[in-house]
Amino acid sequence: MARRTIPPISIVRHPIYNMLLPVPVVCFIAALLTDWTYLASNGNRQWVNFSTWLLAAGLVFGAVSILVLMVDLIRGVAANRGLGWATFLLLLAAWIVEFINSLVHARDGWTAVAGAGLVLSIVGALLIAIAGWLSRDALELVP
Amino acid sequence: MMRQLAISAALLVLAGCRNSQASIDPLEQTGPKPVLPEPTEGLIAAVGVPQVVGWKQGETPTVPSGFRIEAMATGLSNPRTVYPLPNGDILVVEGKRVGSEPVDRPKDPVRRFIMSLAHGGGGAKSSGPAAGPPQRITLLRDANGDGKVELKSILVDHLNSPFGIAVVGNELYVANTDAVLRYPFTSGQTAISSPPQRVVELPGGLIDHHWTKSLTASPDGSKLYAGVGSNSNVQERGPEAETNRAAVWEIDPRTGAYRVFASGLRNPNGLTFYPGSNTLWTVVNERDEIGPNLVPDYMTSVRPGGFYGWPYSYYGQHVDKRVRPQRPDLVAKAIPPDYALSSHVAALGLAFYTGSSFPAGFRGGAFVGEHGSWNRTAYNGYRVVFIRFAGGRPVGKPMNFVVGFIGPDGKARGRPVGVAVDRTGALIIADDVGNTVWRVSYSGDAKAR
Repeated sequence: MARRTIPPISIVRHPIYNMLLPVPVVCFIAALLTDWTYLASNGNRQWVNFSTWLLAAGLVFGAVSILVLMVDLIRGVAANRGLGWATFLLLLAAWIVEFINSLVHARDGWTAVAGAGLVLSIVGALLIAIAGWLSRDALELVP
Repeated sequence: MMRQLAISAALLVLAGCRNSQASIDPLEQTGPKPVLPEPTEGLIAAVGVPQVVGWKQGETPTVPSGFRIEAMATGLSNPRTVYPLPNGDILVVEGKRVGSEPVDRPKDPVRRFIMSLAHGGGGAKSSGPAAGPPQRITLLRDANGDGKVELKSILVDHLNSPFGIAVVGNELYVANTDAVLRYPFTSGQTAISSPPQRVVELPGGLIDHHWTKSLTASPDGSKLYAGVGSNSNVQERGPEAETNRAAVWEIDPRTGAYRVFASGLRNPNGLTFYPGSNTLWTVVNERDEIGPNLVPDYMTSVRPGGFYGWPYSYYGQHVDKRVRPQRPDLVAKAIPPDYALSSHVAALGLAFYTGSSFPAGFRGGAFVGEHGSWNRTAYNGYRVVFIRFAGGRPVGKPMNFVVGFIGPDGKARGRPVGVAVDRTGALIIADDVGNTVWRVSYSGDAKAR
């Protein structure tokens, strides 16, 4: 990989994007699992409550990681600009899908998940998984 | 996250929100057979809460021609229930919910914030170091029946979010949010110093979502009936939180023994026996968040042992698919209520007209205090309606009797709660947001209905 000259936004030379991104990846995928469990349990509400908090945490950390990535990309940090922006768009798409999903999940009871909620959780989890998989190359990391 | 949600909710309020059931006139949702559209769940539940500005000096709600409305008492603190006594005294229950529900979901604080908008500050916020709103019963004395209060006195203080009261013989029963209390009380007394006896514990607890416990006594005074509202919208706090809730309790005041008299009533208030009968009536706040025109609140007679649907269904067998596990066995026996009042009006007060100073058409009819909607963008309720009765059953459409709680600027002056008829036949109204008790009398110069 090409040597990079501009360092990404970092704390003590460790890029913070790499610290932030795993949170939405884990939360959005976990929310899909807790959604599934909610439906499988025929409405044991603790599982949908887990989903709502996972979505909330994923959205907060996701928003920050998207912003950091965007600033890094604009500053020209990425070794591969195309891949960098593709990751950015996937993250943004996942965030929008999961934001809408959090509104659906705010419904009272079964319809918070059954139907639109589950579909959005699947789409959001897929998008964030692909984004996470691509992001190794989005910013070239200092080893 | 919370802030984002709150902001988008606020934006949607401003934008007027999506409204796929908008074509239904609220009047089509009144009476025994309301129009019930298909449920719709938007991304954000439609929210519309008016800004609270209070009543300016001399400003009043409006009443039909021939009637007169005047403030009996102002500067109260969240008056919820009015209870006229035969000697002309009027007991006013002032109370407020304290504490807040535990947060289960990110939605909960957002919802709480929106609700708080509609209540404004209102009344004395805190009195002295022992902060907290007044929780008391104030006595208003109008000995000559002219609607002017000669004496205002605190009858009982330091209650716990009281709402319902009933006087039986020489006893005053008070329904706090967590218990029914009994005080010795003689007509004419202006302060009670004796400590209360606890008749029975009521479901209060940490959540206490619908906290107002309505109370009435059977005509012979042998039983008390308490309305205990649900702990959630549609059981989203779990079935355990709903034990003995969404029900009317029948209580033996001597022993404290109780049984669930009727159930499936989401938030029953205004418990009152129909005059001259042993039939108990109530007004019930139905569920939210399935559209601006679902589910209509209602007024109904309460059958012993009756199940009225909540949370599994509404208006008989209309299943609410948000509730799991479903209970087809209970849905099958759900009783449709007698009379719909239209959606989200938040009916909290009910009084039958037992006086004789209003025109003949009013006798035996029902006044209903409608606190007003939050779960629709076009306000509904915020008024006192009158429903005519014939043969002990409601007939016809409701008539807007006292209106103008929301001004022409769309801001709320007040919100009606409890209603009652005093010994002169005047209608007394508790206005918890306007912190006023109103009195409507008939001046007799207009044609009777």
